[in-house]
Amino acid sequence: MKFAIQVNEGPYQHQASDSAYLFTRAALEKGHEIFRVFFYHDGVGNGTRLTTPPQDDRHVVNRWADLAEKHELDLVVCVAAAQRRGMVDDGEAERNGKDATNLHPKFRISGLGQLIEAAVQSDRLVVFGD
Amino acid sequence: MAEQIKNFLYLNRRAPYGTIYAWESLEVVLIGAAFDQKVSLAFLDDGVFQIVKGQDTAGVEMKNFSPTYSALGDYDVNQLYVEQESLEERGLTIDDLMHLTWEDEDEDWAEKDSIRVVSRAELAKIIEQQDIVFSF
Amino acid sequence: MSELHTVNKSPFEKSSFASCMEHVLEGSAVLLYEDGVYAAIKGTAAEGKVKSAQGVKFYALGSDLKARGLSDERVTNGVEIVDYEGFVDLAAEHDKVVAWV
Repeated sequence: MKFAIQVNEGPYQHQASDSAYLFTRAALEKGHEIFRVFFYHDGVGNGTRLTTPPQDDRHVVNRWADLAEKHELDLVVCVAAAQRRGMVDDGEAERNGKDATNLHPKFRISGLGQLIEAAVQSDRLVVFGD
Repeated sequence: MAEQIKNFLYLNRRAPYGTIYAWESLEVVLIGAAFDQKVSLAFLDDGVFQIVKGQDTAGVEMKNFSPTYSALGDYDVNQLYVEQESLEERGLTIDDLMHLTWEDEDEDWAEKDSIRVVSRAELAKIIEQQDIVFSF
Repeated sequence: MSELHTVNKSPFEKSSFASCMEHVLEGSAVLLYEDGVYAAIKGTAAEGKVKSAQGVKFYALGSDLKARGLSDERVTNGVEIVDYEGFVDLAAEHDKVVAWV
């Protein structure tokens, strides 16, 4: 089965990102395919490379990045939601005159079309939110 | 390769302005309209507040995005289901809602209502008929 | 079509569980996870709703129950406890997932 995952909330504030990660990991372990993980609303905050969570707790961002590395996952942060919330990659910094970037290299910023495409191309859409 | 056509339903359950979900879900609908899928929107629970007419956001200094609902018809998004019980529980009737319409090119561009008020039981069946349900 | 409905918020905090219950049809399933597992607990107002839902199968995510100190004995009879693998299976077995956030 091909899954599309939507994450609507940022790291730590809500359990959504954790649940989405654990679901995604379990699905991969069972041999399913994850077409795309799409981060929307505050979920775009999962894509920052600048978090320093306490050492004795899970590292939400790195966990996603490691899973993406291991399974070649497509982690997409919505551009409109990202712009609103200050999630910036090199392209966005240049286009919008920002003096810094914060996007983790394992994530990419793209349009809402990527969410729609994921829903069209996958067998199941699973949404994690608040 | 034939493009798959699925029944997409956008579940709108939250009021506008208190959170961004209502507006950002509308942004998905607009982008999604370009993908030639069969799209419906469901307004239930506090989601019915999203299409109440007469929204004036000057005092809260936020963008009034309610005019965007009126544009949905132009994007071929014309199946807006509004749950009867959700309206009643909130002291609303269809007269409190924006008059959302679309133009049917198969009937000489006749203007038709996009809003269909349905019962909770009917909406449950409508949800069942969908292939993909978006939640925000 | 059979659906998997998911509820992740406490029935005492939000109306998501109540709303889900008003729209779930016979032959479908409800998975309670995150704070939604509180709807799976005996002796709560939610217990009645769970028991009276005709033809609906209920599941609760074990790891979320454990995290919240809720032992299996506290779970309403008939609610099946599953792990994340079970969650994945449910999502695959049903025709689609409807998230009540």
